[in-house]
Amino acid sequence: MTTLLPAAALPGDVSRAGGPGATGRSQGAAGHARRLLRRPLGLVSIAYLLLLAVAAIAPGLLAPGDPQAPDFAHVASAPAPGHILGTDALGRDMYTRIVYGTAPELAGILIAIAVAAAVAVPCGLAASLSKRVDGVVSSAGDLVLSIPSMVVLLMVLAFSQSLNGAMAALGLLTAPGLMRVTRSAALPVAEEPYVAAAKVFGLGRVSIAVRHVLPRVTGPIVVNLALIAAHALIMAVGLNFLGLGLHPPAPSWGSLLSDGAAALDQQAWVIIPPGGVVALTVIALVLLGDAVRDVAAESWAPRHHTPRINSRGRRRDDRRRDAPGEQAPGMADALLAVRDLRVAFPAVDGGLTTVVQDVSFDIRRGEAVGLVGESGCGKTMTGLAVLGMLPAGARIVSGAIWVNGRDVTRLPDRERAALRGKTIAFVSQEPMVALDPLFTVGFQVAEAVRAHARVSRAAARQRAADLLALVRITDQQRVAKSYPHEISGGMAQRVAIALALAGDPEVLIADEPTTALDVSVQGEIIELLSALQAEKGLAVMLISHDWGVVSGLCARSVVMYAGQVVECARVADVLSEPLHPYTAGLLGADPHLAVPGELLRTIPGTVPPPWTWPQSCHFQDRCRYVQPDCRGQAIPLVPAGIERVSRCLHVEVLAGAEAAS
Amino acid sequence: MWRLVLRRLLVSVPLLWIVSVIVFVLESLIPGDVARGVLGVSATPAQIAALRRAAGLDQPLWRQYADWLGNALHGSLGRSLVDYSPVSAGLNQRLPVTLSLVIGATLAATLAGVVLGVLSSRGHPLIARLIDVLSIGGLAVPGFWLALILISVFSVRLGLLPATGYVAFGNSPSGWAQSLVLPVIALSMNGITAIAKLTREAMLDVLASEFIRNLRANGIPERSVVYRHALRSSAMRILTMSGLLFIGALGGSVVIEHVFGIPGLGSLAVSATTAKDIPVIQGVAIYFTLLVIVVNLLTDISYAWINPRVRGS
Repeated sequence: MTTLLPAAALPGDVSRAGGPGATGRSQGAAGHARRLLRRPLGLVSIAYLLLLAVAAIAPGLLAPGDPQAPDFAHVASAPAPGHILGTDALGRDMYTRIVYGTAPELAGILIAIAVAAAVAVPCGLAASLSKRVDGVVSSAGDLVLSIPSMVVLLMVLAFSQSLNGAMAALGLLTAPGLMRVTRSAALPVAEEPYVAAAKVFGLGRVSIAVRHVLPRVTGPIVVNLALIAAHALIMAVGLNFLGLGLHPPAPSWGSLLSDGAAALDQQAWVIIPPGGVVALTVIALVLLGDAVRDVAAESWAPRHHTPRINSRGRRRDDRRRDAPGEQAPGMADALLAVRDLRVAFPAVDGGLTTVVQDVSFDIRRGEAVGLVGESGCGKTMTGLAVLGMLPAGARIVSGAIWVNGRDVTRLPDRERAALRGKTIAFVSQEPMVALDPLFTVGFQVAEAVRAHARVSRAAARQRAADLLALVRITDQQRVAKSYPHEISGGMAQRVAIALALAGDPEVLIADEPTTALDVSVQGEIIELLSALQAEKGLAVMLISHDWGVVSGLCARSVVMYAGQVVECARVADVLSEPLHPYTAGLLGADPHLAVPGELLRTIPGTVPPPWTWPQSCHFQDRCRYVQPDCRGQAIPLVPAGIERVSRCLHVEVLAGAEAAS
Repeated sequence: MWRLVLRRLLVSVPLLWIVSVIVFVLESLIPGDVARGVLGVSATPAQIAALRRAAGLDQPLWRQYADWLGNALHGSLGRSLVDYSPVSAGLNQRLPVTLSLVIGATLAATLAGVVLGVLSSRGHPLIARLIDVLSIGGLAVPGFWLALILISVFSVRLGLLPATGYVAFGNSPSGWAQSLVLPVIALSMNGITAIAKLTREAMLDVLASEFIRNLRANGIPERSVVYRHALRSSAMRILTMSGLLFIGALGGSVVIEHVFGIPGLGSLAVSATTAKDIPVIQGVAIYFTLLVIVVNLLTDISYAWINPRVRGS
């Protein structure tokens, strides 16, 4: 297999991951085989299976004796000199009989996998390249899969008396599974640009399938064939064991087991060697399949930025976290105070990729604060850090999160969990997937009630109804009995808010709570949150990209960009005079604030990925006002008015420019 | 939901029909004469002709099939060529035996597999390793070999459990249970690891989902998150696998019944195969297919029981 196509047609991230060995395309089948042999388990499996092949073709080479010759001195004996695996009930050497019994079982395997591959691979490839073929072949496959295969095998045996015929039938009956594997492996390949290019060049479907698709799917096919072979071996041995295949005195592993079963009460050993050789062969087949799969995966998978835990990084991090605690600085009346919070993922190179950089802000009791920014700026990660629910791999590298004067990052997991729902609650973006689809709405809210208060089921149900009323659901009885799929998105979001309020929390983290909703419903949800804030003195941390939503609910806003806080100010001040180019850009791009008739100004480009963030200004490459000094140094947050800070060196320029425009 | 059941039943009809056709096509491919095969080489031509006429073997194949189908639709599966007893009576007598074994193995595999799978999804590294070892073992050790080893240890050496035979539940419930312990273990070993792996995978998928994050974030106790919400969401996939296990165990029971001398459908199929008793094999094929259909139907109904969306549709 050689590379004929340009690098741009390669799958996935290969160009970025780069480096030699990132893809195995150019190494070809010989490279696959070499790497397979470098795996010890693969090598041992191949050697063992080759040995079996020799036993099947030329048993005399491995066992010089006669498989039928009895040794009356040793009958049904355990291993003894001259009989390394013992003897059977007639005194025949077990080792010799196992070697001679290899051929029928091996032939059965080969027939089954040959038939399965011959039927399944062409059908699977055709199904991946043509929708019409797919419909026919897939439903035929489903039908075959529900035929009880053992019975068909018995019938074939009754009628043909031939194990090989039964094994061919087994190949047919297992073909649908292999066909599915082939089809699902080939489908993504068939949709890749270079296959499309081949179609444009006018190559026929058959030649596309054989030249471009087949080489890419051999990995999964071989793995599945190994499993089919293992299955076929057990079936063949089983049928010989039942005495339905070959007939004595010709040995097969199955008939040896059957002989052993008859002599079981004299000598238990007699069932061990024939069963053991079957088990070893199955293991060899499975391990060979695994090794092929791993080799194929290595050569095709592009190198992702998969997070990997690095022990060195963790130790350094632990030392930092053990530093003596400090007092909660900043506002004395803050309910939630985030201080210099830094969240990072382990990076591929063993270091850390920081996704939240030294973020600080406060939320007072009963206050609503908006965390504003595009997706990828770290606002959701900040929210999850406050909840203590960072995704696997991510962790707080430094900083503190003070809740009611306690640094919760230092709390043990159990105490941290106790805060959730009771002190800090959470409302997510997608109301339709935020509730368990298998339980009624009322059950879930009542369950949340009982999670925080020891009350009877009836009392919890009553409280759940009250909570539903609190979120302005008028028809509580009916809604409580509904399943999530039976209510609208807006209703589901109200229920999710009711569930979050079940523990009477002090601060609610609302992550884009209106984004997935219709515009008309968005306003109602914001109104509801606003009313709850006023009625219950609930503090709200609103995560959003939408200034309309933020201004509808929040008094203050924290604007984040690429992991950093870039501006922190009262919402009214921000709307009238943004003091960071990113804030200005966001406001300019917000459709709610646009002047009718004027062109909406979008910020060119997207938030850069965390591993490319510079030391200096993170926004420099998208900024209209960028100066040489923006690229030279880390930019500090500087005071820029009453209760406001900005991370820009040129606040004055911006203020002037906005005023002029 | 009833529409779902109805559709499943409609699909079953062609399945049954195809199985019966396969049987007849295979029959037409038999080399030599079935009647001679049954009666043996010493039979006189007159005896063979009599059997051929009695069993309808002298009719053309399509005619034989039409007769068989007509009788089958009236509940009769013909008579055995060997002892001339009604096939359906023999099958009905053996059905409860096979069901005890196969249902027992499916239940055992599902229960043990779910426990192992949930524990390993909760991050018990030892259990994860145990499942990996068991899964290679479960694949590599054929059920009938495991059966022989179990017999040699628990029956021959320790004398704890009967090696062979079957006691009907009606005669002695404890005897029935004892006679089933070893066969059920031998038959369920493969399935335990299949269920454990699937449960682990399904649980990890569900535990990563949005609604689980939401429940956790609002303080629902971990016990309820895992055992009430995540396990129930995984149940559909687990039950699908259980249904497949049942079908697999049906095939496996043929050999296991032979090893333990259990008079079920499987051992009947084996003896009928050896004797070339075609009506009996056909009957077993139809019964097995019917069981597959029933299990698929039960799986569908269980979906509806678990998932309100299926129930509504």
